[in-house]
Amino acid sequence: MRDTLHRFFRAARGAGVRISPAESIDAMRAVAEVGPSDRGILRDALLLTLAKSGDEKAALAACFDTFFTHPDFEAPPGANDDETGEGGSETEAAAGTASAQASTELGSLAQMLLAQDRAAIAAALSNASNAAGLTDIRVFTQRGLFASRVLEQLGIAQLRDDIDALTIRNPADAERLATALGSLRETVSEMVAQALLLYGREEKEALRNEILRNAPMARLEQRQIAQMRVLIRQIARRLRERFSKPRKRQRRGHLDVRRTIRRNAAWGGVPFMTAWKRRHRDKPKIVAICDVSGSVAQVSDFFLLLIHSLHEVVSDVRSFAFSGNLIEVSEVLEKNKPEEAMKQIMSSVGYGSSDYGRSFVDFEKGFMSAITAQTTVIVLGDARSNNLDPRADILRRIGERSKRLVWLNPEGRMGWGFGDSEMPRYATFCNVVRQCATAQQLERAVADIVATYQ
Amino acid sequence: MAENTSSASIEAVERSLASAGYIASRQIATAVYLAEKIEKPILVEGPAGVGKTELAKAIAASRGLEMIRMQCYEGLDEAKALYEWKYAKQLLYTQILKDKLGEVLGGADTLDKALEQLHDFGDVFFSKEFVEPRPLLRALEQPMGCVLLIDEIDKSDAEFESLLLEILSDFQVTIPELGTVVAIVPPTVILTSNGERDLGDALKRRCLHLHIGFPEPKLEERIVETRVPGVSATLRKQLVGFVNQVRTLDLKKLPSVSETIDWAKVLVLLGASELGHEMVKDTLNVLLKYEGDIEATLPQVSGFVAKSGRQGVFG
Repeated sequence: MRDTLHRFFRAARGAGVRISPAESIDAMRAVAEVGPSDRGILRDALLLTLAKSGDEKAALAACFDTFFTHPDFEAPPGANDDETGEGGSETEAAAGTASAQASTELGSLAQMLLAQDRAAIAAALSNASNAAGLTDIRVFTQRGLFASRVLEQLGIAQLRDDIDALTIRNPADAERLATALGSLRETVSEMVAQALLLYGREEKEALRNEILRNAPMARLEQRQIAQMRVLIRQIARRLRERFSKPRKRQRRGHLDVRRTIRRNAAWGGVPFMTAWKRRHRDKPKIVAICDVSGSVAQVSDFFLLLIHSLHEVVSDVRSFAFSGNLIEVSEVLEKNKPEEAMKQIMSSVGYGSSDYGRSFVDFEKGFMSAITAQTTVIVLGDARSNNLDPRADILRRIGERSKRLVWLNPEGRMGWGFGDSEMPRYATFCNVVRQCATAQQLERAVADIVATYQ
Repeated sequence: MAENTSSASIEAVERSLASAGYIASRQIATAVYLAEKIEKPILVEGPAGVGKTELAKAIAASRGLEMIRMQCYEGLDEAKALYEWKYAKQLLYTQILKDKLGEVLGGADTLDKALEQLHDFGDVFFSKEFVEPRPLLRALEQPMGCVLLIDEIDKSDAEFESLLLEILSDFQVTIPELGTVVAIVPPTVILTSNGERDLGDALKRRCLHLHIGFPEPKLEERIVETRVPGVSATLRKQLVGFVNQVRTLDLKKLPSVSETIDWAKVLVLLGASELGHEMVKDTLNVLLKYEGDIEATLPQVSGFVAKSGRQGVFG
């Protein structure tokens, strides 16, 4: 049972449930307490001890169902107990003696198949998969390899010999064995596929995320966009955990006289308990100005998604989108789901050719008051203004008014200043200019911005 | 077989909770059973009003233990949750000591000798007598054990969470001046959270995590049956059916079990034996707590009542 549970923990980790050693010990104790006989109770017990949020509960429940379903044969979860090998060989031996008189020269696998001893086959299958190290399967290309390893462990060579021998002596049995072999192969390949689903997932997702993190956001395929959104949410969660720590810090040495007197009133003002002054740190205030013209729209989309998922960390975000002209989009983003919001924004300002000059004029006219001395202004765009007046003077004023002005450019540094790129001219007024083409760069950029407020 | 007794004892937990007026689903009963067996706190999450706090009360009642409740709020600290020194008493003590100082130090002619005698005298200033136990410490000191309810832990600060860790994992607290206080009998600890903020992983790791959602209609009917005995079977079916339909709407605050119970009580007071349109419309404010929600539900009332009536006939 313990082996089974260990394999289950690995599968659960693969399904995205974080299980610490302490939690696995708890789960072991809980299972020892309730026993494996009642599947429902076992499931409840594992859910209680391992999953610590709603999402994890759902993932773990699904994992439980896949894990404890065996392809082809039905066996109660408890039947797996005899994985230690001892129980398995016992049943094998029993099956062997039963049919030993009938056909002494046949291998044990052939005897089991002929006798249709499901329990023995099941035991042999799980023994073979353990011996073949099926839990080490990682990627789908290993399926064939592991299937043949399992079959080998089952004694397929012996079975083939048996079939060859029987075709002459007993064609009927040989045919039965041949069909049995076919279904055995199917069972094994199902078993391998299931194992891949359970144990290969972690690796696969890690690999996929790694590729995704370093892929240029502007050129993603359609199916990757949904995955990228998930990744951006993970990044947002990580940033939240990192930066939403308490914002009050005691300033030792500065007595808060009023609070001290009030707190000690009960003891005639004798100051037993001192109260110290606290300093509140500001939460970041962010004004985001995003280019949503064709070339950078996708990056802006992810950037806005990230910024607006940082509620606990960032107190105030105002977002503006522009291509030919500029509008405020904070409310659209707050009220709608990200996909719909982006559609709305695109239909109102998107897909034009970008005019940085006019958009900055729009911003100065309408929203300059949004910038205070605590605000970080983030401009996201490729600074390609189609040879129109860049109005860098407005950017200078924005920079002077704000705490920091950060420019994120999805283009590589090589392209800055070439063609119609105004980046060098804008860069002089920015505190920070950095490239922001991949999810990783985006995460670092946002983390740095938030960290300046800590 | 250990397994058979375990499912039997889970049923026993269910029954004993029922005797305290709490109808538990099997998942809840399993959690309570496991919490007792492997001595782990239970962290209960779920929407408001599904009986998270009630569960703790029911456990206390069914086991005949005292329940110690600690309501969390922002700014809750050690002095209010764990222990505090009785400052006034300490002050008095020092004054008495001052008077008696002559007797204590009697015969000491040099300063060194006086100090030595003072050391021998023993330090009672920071001793058990001057500790004012707050809920957490009190829970550890109960000779019979108790049920400790830490309510709405999500409302407290993150620092307070770390304060709880020692108690939750080892059932002990460390008071710097006195040493470590270990629980006489480990209390059954229930923490509740409405999910206002995400709790730390360290805290979650130390607890069994139980999510209580809205109950199945069958279970909810049984809950109403135990809590409001005066409701007729048809009305019970109808009103639970109605509430379940309201829960499918997109509302600001979905009606919970506590609202269902309140509503059932109101309907009994009004002498209703069946659900009628007018009566529902008049009493909807018991079920829904926001003006907008009531407005959104009103046009649907007739349909819902008709549907729940049908369910009453066929189901």
